[in-house]
Amino acid sequence: MHLTKEEEQILNGEHGETLQKAIEILVALGDIYDADGLIPIKSAQIAGVSYKTIGDAGLEWISDLEGEVKVPAILNPAGMDLENWNEMDISKDFARKQQEIIDAYRKLGVNTKCTCTPYYLEGFDTEYGDHLAWSESSAVSYANSVIGARTNREGGPSALSAALIGKTANYGYHLDENRIPDVSITVECELTGSDYGALGYQTGMMVGNRVPLFHLKNTPSSDELKALGASMAATGAVALYHVDGVTPETQNIGFEQPSENITIEADQIQEVYNTNSDIQNSDEIIALGCPHCSGDELEYIAQLLDNKQVDRDVWICTSREVADKNSQIIDRIEKSGAMVVCDTCMIVSPASENYNMMMVNSGKALNYVPGMCKIPSKFGSIMDCIREAGDNNRNNKN
Amino acid sequence: MLITGDSISFLGNVDPETGIVVEPGHELYNKSIKDKVLVFPQGKGSTVGSYVLYQLSKNDVAPAAMINIESEPIVAVGAIISGIPLVDKLDRDPYTLLKNGCRVKIDGSNGCIEIKNYNHQN
Repeated sequence: MHLTKEEEQILNGEHGETLQKAIEILVALGDIYDADGLIPIKSAQIAGVSYKTIGDAGLEWISDLEGEVKVPAILNPAGMDLENWNEMDISKDFARKQQEIIDAYRKLGVNTKCTCTPYYLEGFDTEYGDHLAWSESSAVSYANSVIGARTNREGGPSALSAALIGKTANYGYHLDENRIPDVSITVECELTGSDYGALGYQTGMMVGNRVPLFHLKNTPSSDELKALGASMAATGAVALYHVDGVTPETQNIGFEQPSENITIEADQIQEVYNTNSDIQNSDEIIALGCPHCSGDELEYIAQLLDNKQVDRDVWICTSREVADKNSQIIDRIEKSGAMVVCDTCMIVSPASENYNMMMVNSGKALNYVPGMCKIPSKFGSIMDCIREAGDNNRNNKN
Repeated sequence: MLITGDSISFLGNVDPETGIVVEPGHELYNKSIKDKVLVFPQGKGSTVGSYVLYQLSKNDVAPAAMINIESEPIVAVGAIISGIPLVDKLDRDPYTLLKNGCRVKIDGSNGCIEIKNYNHQN
């Protein structure tokens, strides 16, 4: 791997121990994946934030670092709403440790907004062709596929290292040759809304870490693409996909048809909706916003909740910045009794473990809830979820 | 030296407080990796495993060094943040050259190992 003179100096420890460790990590990964050198990045997004996932081990490592990030860097969701954690049934001990993790990142100059959708936030505008070091699998998929930016799926330490150095190793999805689709997926039925999460749930398992090229009957919205990519990154390891005629690289580069083709039929989409659908559980939580809701999704949820009162716990997960920009929509949602939860989500918060069942509109959450929250999950559209939350009309209770 | 043909997920397989392998069914179950030269094919599992190596090191129960067939990012990153020497892609197969109890000198910077009590009968 070729290093510049300055990079060599950092590697030799001439710029301090933190930067030395950081560049050692980047160089080690570069060596493993045969990178030719380091390339500058526009931003970093760092996983390893929830105390539930990184524990004392991660907290200790981050706390021991010194210095300041060189590019805008932002965090993945934390284990709790950083402002309203006491409404979430979070223990004081957990809250204290979580805050220590956030403070340790802040000390390094990291923007401590915690979200899996950094592309909605100011200062993280991402454009076609930008090189990034992002961690969160759905954000990686969105950046690569929907925006046409370039990032590998970084681990927590490597994303933080990239932020401290301002560079990442040039391998994987930074290179043209690894962005070519190698399997084609033809969907035979019409899709809408959460169907895209169901499609991703099924196809992620089939394609593993390959790059699929979809042929769809509909033109999906960016929120639908977000759901598709998030699910595929969860049930598989898909970091980049293309949708013929929709995602930018199919138009700007153009690809040959891969030799292998998978066909998806309506019953395979329906199968996802059938998961645990026969189980009714009184201690159920309904959780939307995996990945974090966009402003459009919040508006749609608010419309469905207008004049309704929910009869069970409902979480709407989003980033604090998107919530702050849409405060009137948030008020409408919360009038129904649903709770808008910021900085965290149903997967990484220990509060999810207080329920016996979770209904979600996300293929990613459907996949992770049983393992991470130790409860079964079931799947529906946003409308199905709101219906399940209670049909009571606030002004006309029968 | 402690040799296993099983991959290791440091998150879950190893107790960060004691350095003891706690995964029933793992070849090293109930054994301590503290101060050992740990030979295993590669890491697996959660990326949080990198942080667990750091915690083992802070608790003074980390391996003295690690030898992999081919390193993957979890162990490579964990070794760097913890200052544990790690070598991989050796010219000769460590599983035919090394045995439990062997004494070796590890040069993490140059990626080579020197066997102190090589058994010529191997």
